[in-house]
Amino acid sequence: MAKHTLIAYVEDVPGVLNRVASLFRRRNFNIDSLTVGGTDQPGISRLTVVVDTTEAGARIVEANLYKLVNVLRVDDLTHKASLTRELGLVKVKVTPDTRSQVLQLVDVFRARVVDVDEKTITAEVTGTPDKIAKFELILRPYGIAEMVRTGAVSMARGHEPVSSAPPLVRTADGADQGHDTSGISMSV
Amino acid sequence: MKKLTGAEIIWECLQKEGVDVVFGYPGGAILPTYDAMTKYPKIHHVLVRHEQGATHMADGYARASGKVGVAIATSGPGATNMVTGIATAMMDSSPIVCITGQVGSKAIGTDAFQETDVTGVTLPVTKHNYLVTKPGDIARAIREAFYIAKSGRPGPVLVDITKDAQQLTADFDWEAAAPKLPGYRPNHRAPASEFARAAELINSAKRPLILAGQGIMKSGSTNDVLALAKLANIPISTTLLGIGAIPASSEFNLGMMGMHGESWVNEAIQQADVLIALGMRFDDRVTGNLKTYALNAKKIHVEIDPTEVNKNVPVDVALIGDLREVLGELKPLVKKAEHAEWWATINVARGDSAVRDIKNLPDNGHLYAAHVINDIWRLTQKRDTIVVTDVGQHQMWEAQYFRHDKPRSLITSGGLGTMGFALPAAIGAKFACPEKDVWVVVGDGGFQMTSCELATAEQEGIKVNVAIINNSFLGMVRQWQEFFYDKRYAATPMTGPDFVKLAEAYRLSGLRCNQRSDVKATVEKTLGDKKTVVIDFVVEKEDSVFPMVPAGADLDKMIRRPKQDVMLESGSDKEWEMPAAVLPDVFTEAKAEAKVLNGRGKTSAPASRKPAKPTKSAKSRR
Repeated sequence: MAKHTLIAYVEDVPGVLNRVASLFRRRNFNIDSLTVGGTDQPGISRLTVVVDTTEAGARIVEANLYKLVNVLRVDDLTHKASLTRELGLVKVKVTPDTRSQVLQLVDVFRARVVDVDEKTITAEVTGTPDKIAKFELILRPYGIAEMVRTGAVSMARGHEPVSSAPPLVRTADGADQGHDTSGISMSV
Repeated sequence: MKKLTGAEIIWECLQKEGVDVVFGYPGGAILPTYDAMTKYPKIHHVLVRHEQGATHMADGYARASGKVGVAIATSGPGATNMVTGIATAMMDSSPIVCITGQVGSKAIGTDAFQETDVTGVTLPVTKHNYLVTKPGDIARAIREAFYIAKSGRPGPVLVDITKDAQQLTADFDWEAAAPKLPGYRPNHRAPASEFARAAELINSAKRPLILAGQGIMKSGSTNDVLALAKLANIPISTTLLGIGAIPASSEFNLGMMGMHGESWVNEAIQQADVLIALGMRFDDRVTGNLKTYALNAKKIHVEIDPTEVNKNVPVDVALIGDLREVLGELKPLVKKAEHAEWWATINVARGDSAVRDIKNLPDNGHLYAAHVINDIWRLTQKRDTIVVTDVGQHQMWEAQYFRHDKPRSLITSGGLGTMGFALPAAIGAKFACPEKDVWVVVGDGGFQMTSCELATAEQEGIKVNVAIINNSFLGMVRQWQEFFYDKRYAATPMTGPDFVKLAEAYRLSGLRCNQRSDVKATVEKTLGDKKTVVIDFVVEKEDSVFPMVPAGADLDKMIRRPKQDVMLESGSDKEWEMPAAVLPDVFTEAKAEAKVLNGRGKTSAPASRKPAKPTKSAKSRR
C-alpha cells in the first residue's frame, strides 16, 4: 500500500463530484484527500485525488475513473516528477509570553500571519502535505484553536503535456497483486 | 423548427431511436408524457403491474433482441421500484433506457409528494444517468442515453425528467441533439504487441482452454470463436450467461464452468496451461477460491471493459476491445494444433462423470426437476425456443439439462441473481421475438415475487409457457442449509397458492404435473394452448444441485453427485459426498463458533459424513 496521486479532468456538470466520490466508496477505496477546482478551460474542472492503495489498485481506480462518462482524462502522477501543494490555516492560542515564539515558528515555516487578536494568531501555510503536518505538530503544544487543510493539489513538472492516451491497462507483474479480493469471508 | 412539449419530444426521440414497444406504469410526475403518448400510436405501451416488472421486461426484450429496451415510470416509488431491475441489467450488461418522471424543477429538494433523488439512488447501478429540468435538454439526454446504453459494454441508463420539463415547449431538433460525450470512450484497441504475446501463448500451449462469456453474444462473434477453437483444436467452456453463445451440440463445447459447472470442466480449468477468457469477467461463482484458481495457467483476457481486467484474476495478456475485432486480428497469428493428449485427459474425466448423468436413468415414478427440464428440452427441440429462468436450483438444472444451440436462447439473471426476474423478462422476450416459443422456468419462490405480471400477459394477449418447479422450499437456500448448516431449515419451507387456480383466476390456463409419465402430455397440451399456460410441476422436495463448489472453496473441490444415484431415492434420506477439506477454513471456523454460540452440537449430520475440521479456537471454547 502506498499513496497514489491521481489527476482527473472532469466536465463541470452537476453531480460530477458525487459520481467520483461514489465510485471510490463503491469500489472500496479510501480517499486520503480529494480537491476539485477550475482550470484554464471553461466548463472543465480538475480533481486531485490521493488514495492509499497498491499499484494494482491504482490501475483499477484509474480504469474506473475513465469509465465515468463525465471524466475526460486521468493521469497518475505517483511515479512522475510532480509538484504537490496544500494550504493550511492554523489558529493558535497565544499568551503575551508565547506570542513571539509562535511568530518565530511561523517565520521558520515561511507561513504568513493573516489574523491576530489578543488570544490567537492565525497563520496561513502552504507546502507539501508533510510540511503542513509538521507545522501543526510544532504548534500543537501552544494549543490549536482551529485548523483547516485544503487537501493536496498536484501538477506534473516540466513542459511535457500530461498524456491524453486511453488508459493503459498494465498486466500483473507478480510482485504486486494487491486489491486482494480473495478473502474467504467475502464469499456469499 | 417544430415547437413541441417536452413530453412530445420524449416520444419523438423514442420513435427516432426505433423503439416499437415500451414497458411502463403511469403516475403523477410522468402524466404529461402519458398524455402525449396517444399521439404516437406506432409505439406500443405495455402496462405492467409493478415497475420492477417494467425494467425486467425491458431487460428481457433487450437480451432477446439485442436492441435497447425501454421502461417508463413515475417519480418516487415508481422509480425506486425500478432499482432492482436496473441493478440486474447493470450486472448482466443489458442495454436498457429507463425514463422516470420527477417532481417540478422548483420543487426539487423540498421533499415534495413522491419526490426521491432518483439520479442519486440509481447512480451506482446505472452506466450513466441524467436529471433533465428543461424541455430543450430532453432530446440530447435521450439520444445520449441510447448511445451509452448500447455502445461499448452495454448497460442501463436512466433519464429523470421533471414534470415542468415535460409540460413546457422547446424546439425539437434531432440533429442538433447528437451525443456530445467527450469523456466517453466505449471502444478500445489493444496494441499489436499484445496480440503477438497472446498468439505466442496460444501457440505454445499444451493444455489450452477457452472460457466463453456473454461478450460473445453481445459482439455476435459465435462463429469467430468456433473458428479459433477449430483451428487450434481448443476445448471451450461457457459461463452461465455464455450458454447459447457456443452451441451445446458443438464438439468443442465441454459445458458450463463454475459453482455448479460440470466437474470435468472445473478440473480442466485447474489443469489448463493457457486460459483464453473471451467476454467474461471471472465472477466469484466462476472462479471459486481465487488463491488457488487456475494456478497452472497463463491467462489471456479479451474484454471490452478495461475495469474488468486484473479485477479478480491477474492476467498475463489483456486484449481490450470488441471481441469480434480482436479475434479477427488474433486468428491469423494462431497456428494449427491438435492437442490430442489434452483432449484425451478431458475425455477421461468426462467419462467418469457422465455415468452419473440423470438422463440415463429409468423413470421410477418420482418427479425430479432435472427430468422435467430435460424433457421440456427433448419435446421442444424442433421448435425455436427462448428459455427465461429465475434464480436458484431450477436455474442451475436448466443450465445443466436444457441444451441451448442458439445465442440469446437462454435469458437468466446471472450477476445480481434476482428472484422474480423470469416471468417479466419472458414477457419482454416474447415482445422481442413473437415468433418464438418463450418458456419460463421458475421456482415456486421466485414466481410468487412477480406473479402479478400474469395479468400483464393476459391483458396483452401474449403467450408464455410458465413451468413452475415447485418443491415447496426455497430450494437453493435449503440446499445450503442441508450442506453447511446441518439441515436447520430456517425460513425455507414455503407454501404457495394453488398455481392452477391462480392461473385460472387470471383467465389463463393452469396445469399440474407430478409424475414423469405425465410430463410429455403436459408439455404438448401447453404448446397447443393459445393462452399463457402456468404449469405446476410438483417435484421432489429435497433434491440438490450437483456438482457444487462451496462458496470460496477451490474450484476442483466439488461436492459430487452421489454414486448411488440421488435420483433413485427419496431426496430426504440420500447421502452425498463431501470431499475432505472441501470447505475453506474460515467457513468451518465460523460454523464451529456458531455452534458454540447456539449451544448446539452436531446432531443431525449423517454418520458417514466426514465431520468438518474443528479449529483450534473452537476446541478451546468447548
